[in-house]
Amino acid sequence: MHEREYEASPEAPPAETGEMELVHPRTFIGKYIWSQDAKVIAIQYAVTATAIGLVALVLSLLMRLQLGFPNSLSLIDPESYLQYVTMHGMIMVVYLLTAIFLGGFGNYLIPLMCGARDMAFPYLNMLSFWVYLASVLLLVAGFFVGDGSSGAGWTLYPPQAISQGTPGADGGIVLMLVSLAVFIIGFTMGGLNYVVTVLQGRTRGMTLMRLPLTVWGIFMATVMALLAFPALFVAVVMMLLDRLLGTSFFMPEMLGMGEEGSQRGGSPLLFQHLFWFFGHPEVYIVALPAFGIVSDLIATHARKNIFGYRMMVWAIIIIGALSFVVWAHHMYVSGMSPYFGFLFATTTLIVAVPTALKVYNWVLTLWRGDIHLTVPMLFAIGFLFTFVNGGLSGLFLGNVTVDVPLSDTYFVVGHFHMVMAVAPVLVIFGAIYHWYPKITGRMLDATLGKVHFWVTFLGTYAIYYPMHFLGLAGVPRRYYAYGETAFVPDSVQSLNAFITIAALVVAAAQLLFLFNLAWSLFRGREAGPNPWRATTLEWQTPHTPPRHGNFGDELPLVYRWPYDYSVPGVKDDYIPQNVPPQAVEREPAADRGRGGES
Amino acid sequence: MADRRTSGPTLEPGWRGLVSDLASDQRAFKGVPWSKAMMWLFLLSDIFIFACFLVGYMQVRITTPEPWPSASEVFALHLGGRDIPLLLIAIMTFILISSSGTMALAVKCGYERRRLATGGLLILTALLGASFVGMQAFEWTTLIHEGVRPWSNPWGAAQFGAAFFLITGFHGTHVTIGVILLIVMAAKVVRGSLAAERPGFLTRRRGRYEMVETLGLYWHFVDLVWVFIFAFFYLW
Repeated sequence: MHEREYEASPEAPPAETGEMELVHPRTFIGKYIWSQDAKVIAIQYAVTATAIGLVALVLSLLMRLQLGFPNSLSLIDPESYLQYVTMHGMIMVVYLLTAIFLGGFGNYLIPLMCGARDMAFPYLNMLSFWVYLASVLLLVAGFFVGDGSSGAGWTLYPPQAISQGTPGADGGIVLMLVSLAVFIIGFTMGGLNYVVTVLQGRTRGMTLMRLPLTVWGIFMATVMALLAFPALFVAVVMMLLDRLLGTSFFMPEMLGMGEEGSQRGGSPLLFQHLFWFFGHPEVYIVALPAFGIVSDLIATHARKNIFGYRMMVWAIIIIGALSFVVWAHHMYVSGMSPYFGFLFATTTLIVAVPTALKVYNWVLTLWRGDIHLTVPMLFAIGFLFTFVNGGLSGLFLGNVTVDVPLSDTYFVVGHFHMVMAVAPVLVIFGAIYHWYPKITGRMLDATLGKVHFWVTFLGTYAIYYPMHFLGLAGVPRRYYAYGETAFVPDSVQSLNAFITIAALVVAAAQLLFLFNLAWSLFRGREAGPNPWRATTLEWQTPHTPPRHGNFGDELPLVYRWPYDYSVPGVKDDYIPQNVPPQAVEREPAADRGRGGES
Repeated sequence: MADRRTSGPTLEPGWRGLVSDLASDQRAFKGVPWSKAMMWLFLLSDIFIFACFLVGYMQVRITTPEPWPSASEVFALHLGGRDIPLLLIAIMTFILISSSGTMALAVKCGYERRRLATGGLLILTALLGASFVGMQAFEWTTLIHEGVRPWSNPWGAAQFGAAFFLITGFHGTHVTIGVILLIVMAAKVVRGSLAAERPGFLTRRRGRYEMVETLGLYWHFVDLVWVFIFAFFYLW
């Protein structure tokens, strides 16, 4: 317990600039379709991302059915298995997770939590969403062209991705690459907005060190995305040229179908470097917003200040910086110089230090807190488990000698689904349960929420934990069927069937969640402005849901950090950020703990 | 500790002071308008794109087993009966760098609220930029006539043409976009939209003379990138 209010200041500094001018739309279309309101854009982003994410979920179920019951069900053929692997990975990583964290939660929470009227550039923000939608449509179009979507795996390694014989090498890969380029353009528009709003658009009294960690996480992730996506953009453009014009950036001299190709002298490794220079920061682009949100969920629902706020901020910054110098640990088996492997193993293991610091701080925040096991809190605690689990198997894979035999086995699948898929998705669920009352004005049903949590949480363990053992047994990933493969023991098959059944159960639980979202929109309990009794600014808006402009006539002034929970001697167990020290209601008996006013 | 949260710079010395100034109230960069901050960020992102292009070019130049065409011969200008190496590129570089000078003058005149001088200098900058793009088109045509294609060329490694067209094309696109923006901005300046703070056509943001400076940042960046392309592509 901290003994006083943390650095609360008696008054807010004077305003540096005038108010932002907002364009208030008059028509329905201006309000909800071509909307320039960050909150509407956030919902557009989130709904689109969820919709495409459900497509990817269905793809994964089809793959699981094939793996679990290879001889009894013939839903998909080997080509479509590869195509589904590719689309599932790409959609989940880029079009769902990146879009929902930055475009969805970023748009909704940054202006509200910073105390801004809107994003800095509302028009650009609107464009960002429509360009994103175009990229999603382009991606989906890949399913319907001639030979279907690309089947090169989500990493799209050339020369395979653009060579004849790979599914989708004619049309699917082109649409995939164009879609990625369009996504990057759209994301850049949004990303510039988020960063400028956090840096330059905060309200009076909101210093960077008073930002909720959610904003810190999203902010740092956006900065990283702005620096990492260019590498993917370049890789995508070069590969498009290789495919369409016959240039040889990535294409070495090859024999295909017994004939010598016309391309020669290119470097497939160059693609891998460019891809992973994007791909590794991408992991943290997804993870850092999750880190931030989970910090706020834990502090709010444990009614306790976050442990080591400054270190949490610095850890976010350091993780962001380090993530740019670890990319080649994805390439230990690519044929790089072994010295490279040594260097990148070292940097990779160093990332564990700030990450572990964050985990310790979350646990220490929970320690002796007044823990309310609400649905958001359950998901936050679930995240701690899956994240630590996935992080620990990451330590295995970070070492070259351990990675080489495990690479391309189910161990890797288990690891990254644990750390990068389940962990952030649990946070997304927690965040939706947490902020849904602000977005709609109604609570989500808690009973359904708890069922959803337990099935999802235990179910994901049932799915991904056995995969580690499959990997240790040497089962390779991306295989359509194992047949009579000598080194794959028979018992693998029963484990695969078990995993498939677990996956089906977890997927069914998501239907429950969707039902909850729809039902609560109309029938949910009225939430009121601040149902969780939280301190941050989004809960202090005059209207719920907040209207265009967020804060009514006057922007809030900020006097304190966002974690004044359970301050001794104060009547309520929380003090919102916009309450000045002189206005805090205190208990008469508690004169001793008033250090904050000195 | 209280002064860490005040609005102005804290003037604490050293690393701590830097951090507390940046982390202070409302704005991390004092007195910097939103659009200018955005442009810097965008340029930072764009730097990574050009850097990746150039690194990719260097990598394929190293990996290709075939000889790399000699830049001084390929890019020679046939003038008065003999080949003068890199003459055209030298002229192009000179023009583009000069346009940075006129752009800087335009920004200065803008802040002095000299409407016509600003507009004129912006148009001059646009003309210089357009002539750069024109000469690049001439260079492309010449090379294409000599048989250079993205997938092959008469002198050696196929990656030469690929990297050349990709990188100069990407830069040329930047210059072309810049020229269009310069013309639009010049029209705004001359019409007095910036002085009267009229809202923009699309974004409805009010015009301000800082916009000239923001556009200037972009233009200088495009010039700076050209210096790197020049060094790595034509001089190596």
